[in-house]
Amino acid sequence: MAAVASEGQPLICWLEECRKESVPLVGGKCSSLGELIHAGVRVPPGFALTTAGYRAFMAESGLEREMQFLLQKLDCRDLEALERASASIRAAIEAQPFSEQLEDLVAERYRQLSVRCGIPAAPVAVRSSATAEDLPGASFAGQQDTFLWIRGADEVLHHMRRCISSLYTGRAISYRANRGYSDEQMAISVGVQKMANSYAAGVMFTIHPINGDRSVIVIDSNFGFGESVVSGEVTPDHFAVNKVTLDIIDRTISQKEICYTVDLKNQVSYAMEVPIERRNIQSLTDDEITELAWMGKQIEKHYGRPMDIEWSVDKDLPAGSNIFILQARPETVWAEKKTPRCAPVETSAMDYILAGMLAGRKLS
Amino acid sequence: MKFPDPHDVKAKTIPGTEGWERMYPYHYQFVSDDPVRNQYEKDTFWFNDALHYPEALYPFDTIWDEAWYLALSQYNNRIFMVPPVRGVDHRIINGYVYISPVPVKDPDEIGRRVPHFMERAGHYYKNWDELEAKWKIKMEATIRELEALRIPTLPDMESLSVVNDACGESQGYHLLKNYDDLINLGIKCWQYHFEFLNLGYAAYVFFLDFVQKLFPSIPTQRVTQMVSGIDVMMYQPDDELKRLAKLAIELGLDSTFTSSPEWEVVEASLKKNTKRGDEWLAALNKVRQPWFNVSTGTGWFHHDRSWNDQMNIPLSGIATYIGKLQQGVSIERPTEKVRAERDRVTAEYRGLIERDEDRKQFDELLATARTVFPYVENHLFYVEHWFHSVFWNKMREVAAVMKDHGVIEDIEDVWLLRRDEIKQALWDVVTAWATGVTPRGVTVWPKEIGWRKGVMQKFKEWSAPPAIGTAPELIQEPFTIVLWGVTNKSLADWSSVQEVKDLSSIVELKGFAGSAGIVEGRARVCRTVAEVSELQEDEILVAPTTSPSWAPAFAKIKACVTDVGGVMSHAAIVCREYGMPAVVGTGHATKVISSGMMLRVDGSTGVVSIER
Repeated sequence: MAAVASEGQPLICWLEECRKESVPLVGGKCSSLGELIHAGVRVPPGFALTTAGYRAFMAESGLEREMQFLLQKLDCRDLEALERASASIRAAIEAQPFSEQLEDLVAERYRQLSVRCGIPAAPVAVRSSATAEDLPGASFAGQQDTFLWIRGADEVLHHMRRCISSLYTGRAISYRANRGYSDEQMAISVGVQKMANSYAAGVMFTIHPINGDRSVIVIDSNFGFGESVVSGEVTPDHFAVNKVTLDIIDRTISQKEICYTVDLKNQVSYAMEVPIERRNIQSLTDDEITELAWMGKQIEKHYGRPMDIEWSVDKDLPAGSNIFILQARPETVWAEKKTPRCAPVETSAMDYILAGMLAGRKLS
Repeated sequence: MKFPDPHDVKAKTIPGTEGWERMYPYHYQFVSDDPVRNQYEKDTFWFNDALHYPEALYPFDTIWDEAWYLALSQYNNRIFMVPPVRGVDHRIINGYVYISPVPVKDPDEIGRRVPHFMERAGHYYKNWDELEAKWKIKMEATIRELEALRIPTLPDMESLSVVNDACGESQGYHLLKNYDDLINLGIKCWQYHFEFLNLGYAAYVFFLDFVQKLFPSIPTQRVTQMVSGIDVMMYQPDDELKRLAKLAIELGLDSTFTSSPEWEVVEASLKKNTKRGDEWLAALNKVRQPWFNVSTGTGWFHHDRSWNDQMNIPLSGIATYIGKLQQGVSIERPTEKVRAERDRVTAEYRGLIERDEDRKQFDELLATARTVFPYVENHLFYVEHWFHSVFWNKMREVAAVMKDHGVIEDIEDVWLLRRDEIKQALWDVVTAWATGVTPRGVTVWPKEIGWRKGVMQKFKEWSAPPAIGTAPELIQEPFTIVLWGVTNKSLADWSSVQEVKDLSSIVELKGFAGSAGIVEGRARVCRTVAEVSELQEDEILVAPTTSPSWAPAFAKIKACVTDVGGVMSHAAIVCREYGMPAVVGTGHATKVISSGMMLRVDGSTGVVSIER
């Protein structure tokens, strides 16, 4: 296959081919998704245009030279000039077609992806995956764009270019200039991933967020997309699962007033009222809760630390293969707090028993 | 937290029970004529010991309450010198027992007690296995002494041997003496009961306490699981039934056991079947002592009869197991699986401990908890089952003599008398016998007993407040914490439980998560073990509490719900061994639920949902 650039790096690859070492090739986001798949976790299928693909695009189209010319004499403190330069670079990128080879590659992967999902022209999320995003002190968070509910190969190609152009917002250019990164060194990867068509979605922590108990997994869940849970617009259903035995040890079923669903025509999600008869219904089945918690446990095991996870139950797929992990990152609150030790100085059982007796149980 | 003043509760005497105080020892009364004691009682926190006494206590049955009042307290306060606590004080209102842990208030005194405690308790923890072996010898000797104790009847003429052997003692004297011996053996047995129990519970409580500090959300049942799968005597009676069921099949006698629920009928037809029947009966006789002394209740009450007393119960168990075996279903407890799961759970939790010091502490406390666990379970068989079952029947022999001499009308009337009243009545009987006159008690006791029966009935209908008096800020007594589960949460639950009026409106009961898992099914309420025969395959057992003699029921059911008990109770332990859900200590499941209702039992959260 001609999917390989001259240096021997692929121009495009499936997410499952990515690993944590792949950051220079596919960026942080795609490499961490690949890592999750590798850990045995189900994530929505997809592929990535690699940084080699990006470079091929920029080189073949002659955009590289044009850009150098525009940026060479730019004074980043001149905000107006900065925005002008950014606008013209971005317009140039978005107007520039991919080479036939790249177009064919993307279209073929997209077709295969749709077949895998069993949906003609599967709706996908197209998002940038920056190579420098996760480097300490070089956060580009939120500076690249994400496009949701994209359908059809032409649309996918178009939004991939929009992602690429997001590398050249005014803020990004000046940020790099201030930090001394050269624009030629910068590269971006673009991930294309099936949209999780969520029946229910939410977040999961593999540590108790309130008391730091490592033997607990907590899950917050609502119908529809996870936005309602992440944004705090509804009180979600809450479940606590024993990490060791996967029993559900606590559950609170909330009154869920709204949930997010998709307007496919306008390619946006929007909040709708949950029908009254469904508001107090548990948004996940017990089997789904257990399976989700099991996945959380695998993710934690793989990364060796408590994790903060976004997940979704897909309505397009049958039970048993419908739970997806959308994102997983290390939990940060308790990681920094370092729980206090529980054992007093003495370690003999006798000493502990005595100390405990002397302390007693407080009643209020 | 404020609860009703005990004196106010007591002052509202139930009409028709005036004078009930004389049914119980005088020092069990809340008083109004002694200002100092009255003030102490007001300022103290008393909780109803519903764990042991779900119903009003019969006057005679108060014996075991007195026995542990003494034994638990002395071991805490005078023998092991537990630094911050003395004993547990007792009172009775309307037949219900209220107890209160007594703290050591002076910090200097607590400090002075510490080195003694370390030395004394340390000696027991260090030499646990060796001392426990000695305990078994003492305990078995005590039971043998009890079994050998003769309750004499009173002959019209003493045997000639009294004269020829110049024995110098009459049967009347022996009746009085042997009654005293009987009571004293009971009290002694309870002395031994607590020799290891306080320390055993302490080891268990503080293992639990430590693990909960490490994992604040850990269900208690997971902590108890870490000490499960250790062989305890409690399983032996049930194991014997399984062996007898297998033997019946081997000998081709299985149809005999399913032919009738009456032991007498089955026994008679076994005897007809000479050779094989005799072989089976010989095998039975070998295990009846001691294993069929297992009580059908907790063993705390005279009405808890043993398998030996009610052979229909083990018979129904044997028939159940024969049925299972004929269907090709395994009747073995999955012990290996239970142990493998215990080891997996323990290792996973241990792996989640972040610090080495904490892991070391965990290992130490777990080892101690596992050392004490067999005693904490096994003492129940020795004392509450074996000793008590024999004891109650010896008391029935005493009662038979009293009935013969007309001071009581029925053997079972004896339980309405205090043990010191029985002593008095025996003196009355013996002196009247010696003298050749009619005992005074003939006109006194039957009348008093008739009145007391009415009082007991009214007591049973009374709803005892869970707590009275003034709650303390701190509780340090290990039994109070682990056994009765006195915590902030339980106090709050106790103050709310009184508010429910309409039982038929309750759709959810909360108890302790005894054994994990969720099932739905039809309820079968069994108030006594005799009702277990009504259980159908895959029903959910709802019982006041269960004991080892209920074991065969667990082969049929798919979940269990009890009124009384914590995560260390029999029902919880057995359900964990069988891997089925249990919710225990719901307070009033047997009142709220009736047979046939659809239930959803969530043994992981401790919730029982009732479909109405």
